[in-house]
Amino acid sequence: MALAIKVNGTMQSVDVDNDAPLLWVLRDALGLAGTKFGCGVAQCGACTVFVDGKPMRSCTLPISALGTREVTTIEGVSGREAEAVQQAWIARDVPQCGYCQSGQVMSAVALLKQVKKPSDRDIDLAMNGNVCRCATYVRIRAAIHDAARALEG
Amino acid sequence: MMRAQALLVAGAVAVTALVAAAVAQTTRQPTAKDLRPVPSFQNIADQQARSIALFEEAGKVLQHPRCVNCHPATERPLQSDAMRPHQPLVVRGADGHGVPGMTCNTCHHVANFDAARVPGHPQWHLAPASMAWEGRTLGEICAQIKDPNRNGGKDMAALLHHMAEDTLVGWGWSPGPGREPAPGTQAAFGALLRAWADTGAHCPPS
Ligand code: FES
Ligand code: FES
Repeated sequence: MALAIKVNGTMQSVDVDNDAPLLWVLRDALGLAGTKFGCGVAQCGACTVFVDGKPMRSCTLPISALGTREVTTIEGVSGREAEAVQQAWIARDVPQCGYCQSGQVMSAVALLKQVKKPSDRDIDLAMNGNVCRCATYVRIRAAIHDAARALEG
Repeated sequence: MMRAQALLVAGAVAVTALVAAAVAQTTRQPTAKDLRPVPSFQNIADQQARSIALFEEAGKVLQHPRCVNCHPATERPLQSDAMRPHQPLVVRGADGHGVPGMTCNTCHHVANFDAARVPGHPQWHLAPASMAWEGRTLGEICAQIKDPNRNGGKDMAALLHHMAEDTLVGWGWSPGPGREPAPGTQAAFGALLRAWADTGAHCPPS
């Protein structure tokens, strides 16, 4: 079916199956390959995007359920929290292979938008749906604390 | 020619098996997956005993994994027919919808997504801690659901409405492939609880 969806602030037309997961619409139809496929069953977080500003797993969201909601991907995420996370990620050299990191960054930004000074527990609970096979978890947690401090100042 | 005949015979056998299965479907006896209809309790003369028996029948639903998984004893839901701790670790949070950055609808969208076996509903969330049923006896669950201090301030009418009409409760009968539906139907479950209320809403002793 032909659809118009808003991604990263721009209206896009796509012609895809009704039940195509948003992930594959982004990657295959729109060429936005920054959002990754890890599991396809909402178990790893690699496919995390924002839907109307809220983090969601795009691998289990059929495009027919998106409606008029706006999608933000790693290519389009912006604002103070995104910049702070980006800086903290670079300073801590967080990624190893990098595969999970677009999902990690989206979840970290989502957390900091809602919780200004997250505790270790806040971070663990918000981030544990984002699996990292390189086990960069310790650096991720430290970088989120760094980003929170930078946002305070 | 032999091969064509063999194929025909095989086809006929397959069709017969299908028809037999269909007949078995329509004539099957009630099983644990059904709920006894309300009139079948009429032979219990004592009203209190009848009320308790009705509640115990409804309890097949209340204690089914489709219901208990989201009425867990801890802050973490369960999943699957085996009632394993939810993977990934998620918690109830302040409003039953999870915590900032990881809410139920981060993964559970507005409907079941069968291709990934991820269940969904627009209001997907956990019951409040005061309504934990995991590990409780039916008597304890009965006292709990009648208590407005624990059941979210519901009087009997609101409670019956929740059980019989709420569409998230109703998801328990349409859980998608790989998950056993709750016994019977939501209507039959609602009818049992209505009859239980009408007979004094008595609770099992334990
Ligand atoms: S690809 Fe979506 S959660 Fe793994
Ligand atoms: S950096 Fe390799 S999977 Fe996370």
